[in-house]
Amino acid sequence: MATRRWFLKTTGAATLALASPPAVGEMAETAPPQSEHVRLTVNGRPYALDLDPRTTLLDALREHFGLTGSKKGCDQGQCGACTIIVNGQRINSCLALAVMHDGAEITTIEGLAGEDALHPMQAAFVRHDGLQCGYCTPGQICSAVAVLSEHRAGWPSYVTADVATAPALTDAEIAERMSGNICRCSAYPNIVAAIRDVAEGDRQ
Amino acid sequence: MTPFRYDRASEIASACASAAKSTAKFIAGGTNLIDLMKLEIEAPARLVDITRLPLDRIEETTAGGLRIGALVTNSAAAADMRVRRRYPLLVQAILAGASTQLRNKATTGGNLLQRTRCAYFYDTTKPCNKRVPGSGCAALEGLNRMNAVLGVSEHCIAAHPSDMAVAMTALDALVETVAPDGSARTIPIDELYRAPGNAPHIETVLAPGELITSVLLPPPPAGRQVYRKVRDRASYAFALVSVAAILDLDGDRVRAARIAFGGLSYKPWRSAEAEATLVGMVATRAAFDAAGIAALRSAHGYGHNDFKIPLARRTLRAALTQAAGLA
Repeated sequence: MATRRWFLKTTGAATLALASPPAVGEMAETAPPQSEHVRLTVNGRPYALDLDPRTTLLDALREHFGLTGSKKGCDQGQCGACTIIVNGQRINSCLALAVMHDGAEITTIEGLAGEDALHPMQAAFVRHDGLQCGYCTPGQICSAVAVLSEHRAGWPSYVTADVATAPALTDAEIAERMSGNICRCSAYPNIVAAIRDVAEGDRQ
Repeated sequence: MTPFRYDRASEIASACASAAKSTAKFIAGGTNLIDLMKLEIEAPARLVDITRLPLDRIEETTAGGLRIGALVTNSAAAADMRVRRRYPLLVQAILAGASTQLRNKATTGGNLLQRTRCAYFYDTTKPCNKRVPGSGCAALEGLNRMNAVLGVSEHCIAAHPSDMAVAMTALDALVETVAPDGSARTIPIDELYRAPGNAPHIETVLAPGELITSVLLPPPPAGRQVYRKVRDRASYAFALVSVAAILDLDGDRVRAARIAFGGLSYKPWRSAEAEATLVGMVATRAAFDAAGIAALRSAHGYGHNDFKIPLARRTLRAALTQAAGLA
């Protein structure tokens, strides 16, 4: 990102370099960013691009691949709006550098639905009105899908009484497991209901 | 974010050599470092990506403990049935920290080395000796509600934010490292962190390019393990105070105790004073309170965080009550 601050810093460095040429080793450390070749599979489709190594996965998806479903909320890992599933695990894509994920398999909100039907979790969010403004919803749904697979794998949570056992997916368990996704409209009760619904396989 | 050179390490030796250069940083989960780089609080010229190194396994030790690779994610450690059965305290502590999204990324080594969440460390418009050595400490007279009350100095009152490290401190974990010259060493976790003194920007005893390769957990000590965390909301918040307690009873009398606090100091605060107070005592509320007084005797509040001192005593009482099976 060529902000004014960055421009001033880099041009400052260039001026300094003219005045007293640095050793080759130092030069390498202050050189402008290289471009890194990054290959990702997103929602089953291959993408390849040369990216500034500073590019986050979230910015790669949104700004370079045109996949704007994943949202930038806080951009510091506190809100969960950018949650995506990378190699089977949900992460905050705002705190991940794309270059570090070369070769990764990624699922975003755009990849959940089938040809003709919503993913069951998407349908449940609609059915239970698990949203108001909708900005956090792609992250909520990606997280919720991952909650069910983590629970199937027997993962405990902070509210699990005995961490050596695989707990039932109670509402308290759902709420704790979803705590990384903030909903400013506070649709929490309906989000929990939607997840419970899918977990129980209840299609009503 | 300032530009950096990206270096993907394929072996430990080359990773250490690459990161030995003055302004280089290792990166693994990145959940703390990338955040700090966006704010330009961290501005490494070189980023050494260690995520492809073979340090992601949990192995049995011959002594009956576990060796947790530095790249084992917090989620993977907390999901491992050996860890869950033998060190429930550690699992509870890990699961008390952050969110699942962050734990899926955050690594064992990175969690130990995460930086303080002091608001003034993050606020680049304010003085901070940790961020800009010699600039002063805005927290001393500022909103220091989250700051430390034990072991800190007038140069820095930042608290270490980890939950995982508090449990590991109670478990007498050992941190295994490799240096750029190839030498390996084992550091007791309590000796990993440096007191702030007059150089709070130097946080650990690790040398440049020295890489944490694993954390060694000795066999679990006898007794019931409890991790108790107090925070501003029920989930996904840093500790105001936390307690890791291991209490071994002989009838109703304390045979051995291990006590470590989070949220109170620049490191997980192991309290030998509280442990010594408990040994030989009948496990009662009075004994637990005596331990709390001993543990916090040298504590000093800075105004907004004065409440942490009585809160720590009460949290210890609650943790010990639970560990003694009296709750």
